[in-house]
Amino acid sequence: MAVTASPERDIVATPMQRATREALYAGAIALGLFVLFIGLKTNQNISNELILEQRWGLLAIVVVLTMAGRFLYVAYGQPFLANQKIADVATGLLPESVATRFFRLPYFLAAIVTVAVLVFLAGPLDGLLGPGLAGYARFLRALAIIYALASVLFYFRTFIHAHFSALGITALALYPVIVVLVLALYGGSVAAGFQGSLKWVDNFGIQILIYVMLAWGLNIVVGLAGLLDLGYVAFYAVGAYAYALLGTHYGLSFWILLPAAGAMAAFWGVLLGFPVLRLRGDYLAIVTLAFGEIIRLVLINWREVTNGSAGISGIPKVTFFGLISFNVSDPNYIAKVFDIATSSAYYKIFLYYLILGLCLLTAFVTIRLRRMPVGRAWEALREDEIACRSLGINTTTTKLTAFATGAMFGGFAGSFFAARQGFVSPESFIFLESAIILAIVVLGGMGSLVGIAVAAMVMIGGTEVLRELDFLKQVFGPDFTPELYRMLLFGMAMVIVMLWKPRGFVGSREPTAFLKESRAVSGAFTKEGHG
Amino acid sequence: MSDASSSVNDAILQVEHLSMKFGGLVAIGDLSFQARRGEITALIGPNGAGKTTVFNCITGFYKPSEGMITLSRRDGSSFLLERLPNHEIPARAKVARTFQNIRLFSGMTLLENLLVAQHNKLMKASGYTVLGLFGYSGYRTASAESIDLARHWLEKADLVDRADDPAGDLPYGAQRRLEIARAMCTGPELLCLDEPAAGLNPKESMALNALLMDIKDNTGTSILLIEHDMAVVMQISDHVVVLEYGRKISDGSPHAVRTDPRVIAAYLGVEDEDVETVLTEVGDEDVIEQLDTGPDSAHGPDSSSSYFAGPVTDTVGHTEGERVTVSKGASKAGQVDARSGAAARPASPAEAKPTEKPSAEKSSAAKPKTPGDSNRGGGNE
Ligand SMILES: Nc1ncnc2c1ncn2[C@@H]1O[C@H](COP(=O)(O)OP(=O)(O)OP(=O)(O)O)[C@@H](O)[C@H]1O
Ligand SMILES: [Mg+2]
Repeated sequence: MAVTASPERDIVATPMQRATREALYAGAIALGLFVLFIGLKTNQNISNELILEQRWGLLAIVVVLTMAGRFLYVAYGQPFLANQKIADVATGLLPESVATRFFRLPYFLAAIVTVAVLVFLAGPLDGLLGPGLAGYARFLRALAIIYALASVLFYFRTFIHAHFSALGITALALYPVIVVLVLALYGGSVAAGFQGSLKWVDNFGIQILIYVMLAWGLNIVVGLAGLLDLGYVAFYAVGAYAYALLGTHYGLSFWILLPAAGAMAAFWGVLLGFPVLRLRGDYLAIVTLAFGEIIRLVLINWREVTNGSAGISGIPKVTFFGLISFNVSDPNYIAKVFDIATSSAYYKIFLYYLILGLCLLTAFVTIRLRRMPVGRAWEALREDEIACRSLGINTTTTKLTAFATGAMFGGFAGSFFAARQGFVSPESFIFLESAIILAIVVLGGMGSLVGIAVAAMVMIGGTEVLRELDFLKQVFGPDFTPELYRMLLFGMAMVIVMLWKPRGFVGSREPTAFLKESRAVSGAFTKEGHG
Repeated sequence: MSDASSSVNDAILQVEHLSMKFGGLVAIGDLSFQARRGEITALIGPNGAGKTTVFNCITGFYKPSEGMITLSRRDGSSFLLERLPNHEIPARAKVARTFQNIRLFSGMTLLENLLVAQHNKLMKASGYTVLGLFGYSGYRTASAESIDLARHWLEKADLVDRADDPAGDLPYGAQRRLEIARAMCTGPELLCLDEPAAGLNPKESMALNALLMDIKDNTGTSILLIEHDMAVVMQISDHVVVLEYGRKISDGSPHAVRTDPRVIAAYLGVEDEDVETVLTEVGDEDVIEQLDTGPDSAHGPDSSSSYFAGPVTDTVGHTEGERVTVSKGASKAGQVDARSGAAARPASPAEAKPTEKPSAEKSSAAKPKTPGDSNRGGGNE
């Protein structure tokens, strides 16, 4: 009867029918979800009255787009993906992968030509196309560049995979040089090269590397020892304020204050650790979260010392070990020493290398520690705390060292942050920062340095890129600010990555010792720890 | 108990009047026994008898409600285990253990598992990390030595081919062997194994026996063993302690224990046919009669059954004359006692046993469950 009819209908349903049905469902869900979010908007009018603005057109567009997306995915995407897994009967080979179809030599050449044309004819084209279309042209140029770079990466993928760390470090070391050179060529003068490099070195380079360092520091606590710490930003704040206060009051140099700030943060790590470490899992997470907030509130309210929410400004700049200064007024200002044009870019490039050095130090220490008994004990603690105790490992001190080491790197990063900004205020140390750092660690793959660095690059770099997407203003109107969608995209990216790779970019772990050969341990066996 | 202290010399572990209560549940009640150096002592008993709880008290995972656990090391030092912090028991008193539900570091390789077990030694060698961080040579030799020791135990456990695989990837039997190898890497003087043969096939069980005998003979490590597999127990143990509902019901050589009617009733009480065959062999009419009258289904092998069993105190908290099993069949051994008590024989277990025991064990056998002890236990509850 009716019961027997329904399975048959499922069997005969073609992808088209299924797609239509699912598109309708998706449309209904989208309508239900967005009717209040997008369909209605409250505004204040001139006389301060709330008025309800209705945006049914926008709502319809969103719903139709959702339906179209679902339809295309079910009707074409799913069958295509299924076909990818079926080997050809005649040859016995799997069909060409999407990637090899996407990256082909002709396409690559086309991309190169597009870039060349758009770059060299940039001036005349801008005049020809007018401001609106010129924006699209620039977007097209960016896409072509990205495609060309991606093709190169794809072509050398095995080589890159084999030498990822070495290549990565080289690329990072050469990054400012390349940026300056490219921009100098493009702008026609060295001074223009330095001036243009400011944004790329500071907003992208330094910003990303700070997060890399923070995430690597937190990785020791969360990724290795398996202790969920939601208040990591507190140690960042301790480091930053230690540098800011000691630097402004006593005029001590960065090179003395860096270890001092690290030690201070480590001290606070231990102080927090003592009462907290008997807690596990959710409880530990909540208490660390509270600790982070307490530190922030203390910074806001202890006005006599921290100057409250106004923050501390006039933090001295870092010098090159006292030999070269970056203050224009100093006699040993870099431009005077080397007899070159004055530019603020030198300081940024110097800071870039400084944070790169700090990152490498963090990575080096982490790698070294992992192979030492204490590092192994951290990982063992993550795997099984009870077994650790049965082997005579003092779990309290082991947890404390993990907390202190992680906090110390947070403190280093904090003092660098203060030196870079020249200004600190409690606003920089909100919970969101902790959450972002933790998200980077989780996305990268807990315990994996390379994965975490890539995650930081994607997440922080990606959100910075949003600032560059001016052309979107042409599409969505001049009021549209892509930066506002930063967190939305951040969240979406996280959901997608977690669905696609539940263990993060690098889910496997490298053993710390081996008898015959070192084989990566699949993420299926490792545990996340219980706090 | 002056005679007990005289036998301390050759006892590596001395458990005296150990009690462990979880709320109202008496998991262990006034348990005393000793394990002797260089021997394999088996701790057996039905599910929920409190064997794992005894282990947890010995290794510091639980603090006993009452009692004293003394461990004497080879160098003459002795430790009161109930006073040591959890992690110092393996580190200082040199007691290592395995777990009933295997606890390996499953995401770490076999070799790493064994290196973690040598943590304290390596920590010292690395100058508490500081020296090791700068490549101090003493640490490098220590770390090479630790790898050699790990390789040695991997070979013993027949796992050296899989040294670089994650521990979670091993089959069950190999995980059990690895856990033993890991415990041995701490260099213990007393090794406590919680059901090492559980879930092993006969071949693996044989290999395990060989490994345990090898440990006993070549390292001088004493072994305390919880085991349900009677083949293993009878074959390798030198001394058997039997628990039921947290009380010791028998203590002696494997043979003596095997023929103890209280043990048969308690330990094999579940499988009726088997019991009867064994009992007929032993020729204990009392027990046969007892079992015939009513094997109770309420107390199956499930460990949780003990939560619902009648109060343990009821079966033990009285002197032998008036011993009553209030909840019917809560303690099989108790039933045997009740029966034999009714037969006008003042059958205190302590008095019943020495006849079946080699004379050397008199001191340990005479100690438990004298009427005085029972009374005191009852008074405390
Ligand atoms: N942490 C605890 N809290 C409450 N009750 C417990 C706890 N640990 C053990 N018990 C109880 O103590 C009794 C003895 O348990 P134990 O695990 O020692 O038995 P066992 O002899 O090891 O049994 P098995 O042969 O099943 O392993 C059981 O009734 C158990 O439920
Ligand atoms: Mg048990």
